[in-house]
Amino acid sequence: MEDKLLIAGREFTSRFFLGTGKFGNKEAMKQAIVTSGSQLVTVALRRIDLEDTEENILSFIPENTTIMVNTSGARNADEAVRIARIAREAGYGDWIKIEVINDSRYLLPDNQETVKATKILSADGFTVLPYMNPDLYVAKALVEAGAAAVMPLGSLIGSNQGLRMRALIEVLIEEINEVPIVVDAGIGRPSHAAEAMEIGADAVLANTAVADAEDPPLMAAAFARGVEAGRLAYLARMGKERAVARASSPLTGFLYDE
Amino acid sequence: MKITVNGRQMEIAEGMDLHRLVYSGKANPERVILVLNDGVVKSDQWPLTVLTEGDRIEMVSFVGGG
Repeated sequence: MEDKLLIAGREFTSRFFLGTGKFGNKEAMKQAIVTSGSQLVTVALRRIDLEDTEENILSFIPENTTIMVNTSGARNADEAVRIARIAREAGYGDWIKIEVINDSRYLLPDNQETVKATKILSADGFTVLPYMNPDLYVAKALVEAGAAAVMPLGSLIGSNQGLRMRALIEVLIEEINEVPIVVDAGIGRPSHAAEAMEIGADAVLANTAVADAEDPPLMAAAFARGVEAGRLAYLARMGKERAVARASSPLTGFLYDE
Repeated sequence: MKITVNGRQMEIAEGMDLHRLVYSGKANPERVILVLNDGVVKSDQWPLTVLTEGDRIEMVSFVGGG
């Protein structure tokens, strides 16, 4: 069955995107990218010093994987724009995940600044995927500003709480038809990923849940199947939930009826 | 001569260029992205870029992130 996801003209056969943060070692990260089947991964940009002996993360990302640089660390639109431009000048930042965060306890995205950054970077030729707090008006503003997809949080970053924002994400799925909806953040289990896809999300982005697992490549494979199962269930159109039982076997022709 | 690297002042010799600066440390040069006074300088330009007093450098790299 052909079921491709299209973002800014690029086709994806996998609807699972993987973040590369927090992996214990880069070899496990590389394996996890492979077993996840992900065709898009996120990376961040950070200061390093002259004595930093870390390995080059880019050499652990399989070829043909779309690298999307996030603007984490940006506290406002201007900083996000600056990070995006540095990434692009360095040769990697055409795809940008806008992440503007002011608050260090909940790490919630600043929707207003996110819209601002989306507008500037889209006009500047970037493919912009903004991470946002699920709000219909903001999602519409992001589409208007040129976002290539809208990425509402499922729950707080790294919390593994799953789809706490479900009702609001459902509104976005229902109302935003111009661009894909990618559920990002808080997805802690493959079943959460499946749930997001069952309700009609176009893709899921996860990181912590995979990186924190004892066996990240195995967990990445589990997530890939969760996403795929949820997607197939959505396409198959699920039956309705009912308050009372409805027999699966015929209610006639019982053997010992008098 | 003083320059600023990642927000910190650093004393360097006159005539120091970006190539020698980067190779003076242990960081893998392939990882390094240099932003000099707001513009990225590509690595092939490092040897030609001689630093001057007061230059501001951001030395950054791609790292794991979600």
